[in-house]
Parts: sequence; C-alpha cells; structure tokens
Amino acid sequence: MTDTTVAAPPPSPPGRRSTTAAGERLRFVLRGIGQTLITLGLVVLLFVVYEVWITNLFAAREQSKVTDALKQEWRQNKDPLLPLPGSKDPSIPLGSGIGILYIPRLGRDFHFTIVQGDTVPSDAQLEKGPAHYKDTALPGQIGNFAVAGHRVGKGEPFLNIDELRSGDAVIVETKSAWWVYRVLGTPAGRNPETVQAKVAQDGGSPVLLAGREIVDPSAGRVLLPVPDHEGVQPSQALMTMTTCHPKFTASHRMIVYSTLDKRLSTRNTDLKMPQSIEALYDEVRA
Amino acid sequence: MYVWIWRHLPGPLAAKLAQTLLLVLLVSALLLFVIFPWIEPHLPINQVTVPGEN
Repeated sequence: MTDTTVAAPPPSPPGRRSTTAAGERLRFVLRGIGQTLITLGLVVLLFVVYEVWITNLFAAREQSKVTDALKQEWRQNKDPLLPLPGSKDPSIPLGSGIGILYIPRLGRDFHFTIVQGDTVPSDAQLEKGPAHYKDTALPGQIGNFAVAGHRVGKGEPFLNIDELRSGDAVIVETKSAWWVYRVLGTPAGRNPETVQAKVAQDGGSPVLLAGREIVDPSAGRVLLPVPDHEGVQPSQALMTMTTCHPKFTASHRMIVYSTLDKRLSTRNTDLKMPQSIEALYDEVRA
Repeated sequence: MYVWIWRHLPGPLAAKLAQTLLLVLLVSALLLFVIFPWIEPHLPINQVTVPGEN
C-alpha cells in the first residue's frame, strides 16, 4: 500500500520573511478584484430578474388600469373610436385603451388592451400594453392597423408571437364590433414566414405578402397601408404587429401581418365573448 | 470590502446576520426600483417599434 498522506510543507526559511508583506498586499488586491467581479456578476443577474419579472409587475398594473377604464367607457356606451361631433376623426387620448387583443393560439388567458400610441409609440405607452401607431388605420378600417408590443418584460404581450401560424385568428374587440383578422399566408397552419398571400390594392393587381418577416429596425415600410409597397392604394383591412427580434435585443424586428377575415357586431353591454368568437379557440386546440 | 463590512457590524453573530440580510435587501431594492428603471431606457435592448411613416 502506498502512503497517500501529504507531507507537511517545510517551514519557510527565514530569508523569505521580507517578501510576505508584498505577498500580503498582492493577496489583498487580488481579493478586491475577485469580490468586485463577483459583485458585478450578481448585479447583472439581478438586472435579468428585473427585466423578466419586476417590469411585468409594473406593466400588469398599468394594463389593468387601462383595461378597466376602457370597459368603463364601453359600459357607459361611449366609443372612443367614433369621431367627435363636428370633426371627421376621433381624438383618442394617447395612452388610453382603444380595443382588446385576443390570440387563440397563445391561450385563453391571452388578452391585452391595446393603447393609443404616438406616431412611434413611446416606452411609457408600451409599458401599458401593445400600442397603436396612431397614424395608421384603426381596427377594421381599410389600410393597415399597426401595433407594437414588448417581447420580453413590460407585460411581454408579444413574447410568443413567433408561434403564430398562417391562418391563425387575431381578434380585436372594440366597442362596435369583434374584428377577426387572420395571419397572412396560404395554406393555413404553416410557418407564416414561408407562405404568402395576395393582398388586394385599389386599381391594380394584388401584391404578394408573407405572413411574417424579420426586418431591420429602420424598416418603417412595414407600416404602409399596403406594407412594403409604397404609393399603393389599399382596398382591404390589414393588421401589422411589430416586436423585437431576437428576444432581448434591438438588432431586428419581427413583423406579423394579418388580414381582416370577418366582423361581428355586438352590443357589448354585458361585455361577454360571443359564441362565434369562442369557437375560434377550438381551431387551435388540435 | 465584504470582510470590512462584516467586521464593522455591531453585535453578536445573529445580529450581524440580520443586518447583512437587511443590507442585501436594501441594495437590491435600490437597484431594482431606482437604478435599473433609470438605466434601462439607455440600453440597446427591448426596442420593439419601427420608425413611423413621416
């Protein structure tokens, strides 16, 4: 059997004594650097906690405030999307609710009140919920109803928007109606990035548009009345959703296009979901 | 730094532990509710919009 015990180190010779002070200082500096790095690592971890959790708590509070306010207006029979007397356009206060978004593919508990945003929605507006680019069409209107939403944190309405398939229902509830949009691309059920659909234009042949695309952050063309096609007059109602891509970055944007499939008028006094909208949830159960 | 703080906390071990916990919570709260919300808009993360038409 071999001896596995470690021999005790020999006592340091008296000549090394003078270097221990320097060694002590070196050890002190190294320990300081080590502790600083560990501290910075913990701060970064805490930032991740903040980003994916804490911001959601704040956003949820904002979201429930705008939702309550919007439903209150509906109960009082007020439609924020109707033009004011004596004017042609509605004047919707920035940051207030305009409609509620439902996406059956993302589950029954997915519902977000869309708020009115600036020409380019601000951080404060996006924290309340998905925000409408105010210069684009309103829900159901001919043209392009464009909405931006956060992907990670801040309520993360568009976290799983990459799971949408072509033909999936995207529902917007307003005071006057339930608007059912469908993600572009035929056949249905495909990755919308790989399939296209014809989008009609006024006085011209239809243009082709895929259901989803990844674009540069500067691609304002996705907000055009007929996305990606400048100077083209729209003749159908489209909806555009924009979010960041990949998650956690600002390097690109993910864009999902849908087109208006049908409109269901409701009285909306009890604010219950109509049967035919409920049925859309069965489509994605398979 | 941590050693220095630990040495300067008064009281017996239990008291030192309680104060340490309190300090950690204070620093975390400061980071989560003051520093991060302030620093976040300046970071290149989570930008979801594209520029408007004009």
